[in-house]
Amino acid sequence: MKKYKIPHTFEFKSIIELYAQWIKDGTLKVNSDWNKDLKIKFTVQDPCNIGRKIGTNKIVDDLRFVVKAVVGEENFVDMVPNRSNNFCCGGGGGALQGGHTEQRRAYGKVKFDQIIETGAKYVITPCHNCHAQIEDMCHHHGGDYHTLHLWTVICLAMGILGENERTYLGPDLAELGLDIEGGIQ
Amino acid sequence: MIEAMKLEEFTCDFKEDVSSRIPEANFDLCLTCGTCTGGCPASEQYGMDPRKFLRMLLLGMDDEIRKSPWAWVCTMCGRCMSACPMKINIPKLIYNVRASWDRDKRPKGIRGSCDQHIKSGNAMGVPKEDFVFTIEDVAREIRETQPEFSDLEVTADRVGAYMVLNQNSREPVTEPDELGPLWKILHKVKADWTHPTVMWGGENYCMFLADEEGWRYIMEEFVYHIEHNLKCKVVVNTE
Repeated sequence: MKKYKIPHTFEFKSIIELYAQWIKDGTLKVNSDWNKDLKIKFTVQDPCNIGRKIGTNKIVDDLRFVVKAVVGEENFVDMVPNRSNNFCCGGGGGALQGGHTEQRRAYGKVKFDQIIETGAKYVITPCHNCHAQIEDMCHHHGGDYHTLHLWTVICLAMGILGENERTYLGPDLAELGLDIEGGIQ
Repeated sequence: MIEAMKLEEFTCDFKEDVSSRIPEANFDLCLTCGTCTGGCPASEQYGMDPRKFLRMLLLGMDDEIRKSPWAWVCTMCGRCMSACPMKINIPKLIYNVRASWDRDKRPKGIRGSCDQHIKSGNAMGVPKEDFVFTIEDVAREIRETQPEFSDLEVTADRVGAYMVLNQNSREPVTEPDELGPLWKILHKVKADWTHPTVMWGGENYCMFLADEEGWRYIMEEFVYHIEHNLKCKVVVNTE
C-alpha cells in the first residue's frame, strides 16, 4: 500500500503483537505449567516478513515472549542466527509454487540444519509458507521434529485445543488436555 | 577453451532500466566483498549467487541475467541487502528480473495463484460462497462439540467490526480445522473481529509473480472493502 500510495485510515497489526499485548495485560491467560515436567523443547522460525523486512525486531521479540509464556522459558531453544538476521526457510517469494523443487530443498537445508542443531522436537512457524516449507524439509532431509502453527501451542497451553486441531502434534502431545470422550478437560 | 568476453560489446541497458526505477538501489557501489553470497542460502543453486548476479548486471550480461532461473530460486528474503556494507538492493533487482520475463513464461504455479487471486480474491481460487460456508460449518462444529465454546461467534463481512483478519487462504481450504484455534483465542479475549470476503486471502502471489497491475488491483480492492464497506480500524495479519 505504501508502494501504490493507496490512502487508508486503518492500521496493520500482526496477530503476534496482539497475543503479546493480551498476555501482558492479562486478557489472554496462558501458562507453561503443562510443560514443567514434560520439558519438551521448542524452537521458533522467524518469518522474514515480520523480522528483517519490517526493519525492527519488535514483532519477533514479541514472538519469543509469547512462545516462552506458553512452553516455559527453559524449554525454548533459539536458532542461531535468529530474529532479523535469520535465514529464510526457502519457502518464501513464491518458491513453494515456483517449480524449482530441488533447488528449493537445497536452499532449505540451511534452515533444516539450524533446526536440528537446536535439538528441539517442535518448530513453531507463525507463517503458513514457513510451515509448509519446514515440514517438507523434515520429510525430505529426514528430520524428526514436528512443525506447529503458533495458535496450536497457545490453545494447548490454555487447555482448549480440540480433538480435530491436533494434526501437527507428535504422539507425545497428541492427547494432552483431552479427556477420554474426546472433549476438552 | 573458454573464450574471453569482450566488454566493449556489452551495454548495460538492463541495469540502466532497473536503476531508473529504483535509484536508491546502489548497484554501482558494489565492493565485490561477497558478504551477500556468504550468507545466502540460495548461493550455488544453478551455479549462481548474489554477487555473481550483480557482477553480470554491471557487466551488461543482460540476456544471461534475464534468462537465469535463479531469479525464481532466490526468495527475496533481504538478508543480502541487510548485510551489505553498501546496502545494495538485490531483492528489488530480482523482482525486476522477474518482471522482465514474459508473463506467460513465469512459473505456472505462481502465475496460476496470482490469476486465481485476481479472479476470486484468494490464491486457492475458492468462491466467496464456499469460504463463507466453510467458516460457518467449522464454527458450528466447534459450538456443538466443544461445550466451552457453545457461544462462539464467527462472522463474515460484519460492518463496523474493530478488527478484520487477513488470513492465508490455505487454512480454510486445505486445513479448515486450523481456523478453530485462532477463533477460540479471539473469543477468549473478547475481540471484536470479522472475516472479510473481498480479497480475503492474505497471501500475495501477484507480488511474487512481479505482476504490478495484479498486485495493485488486489490491494485497491482490499483497501476499498475494509475502508468503505466494513469500516474496520485494524487489519490483523495472522502470520
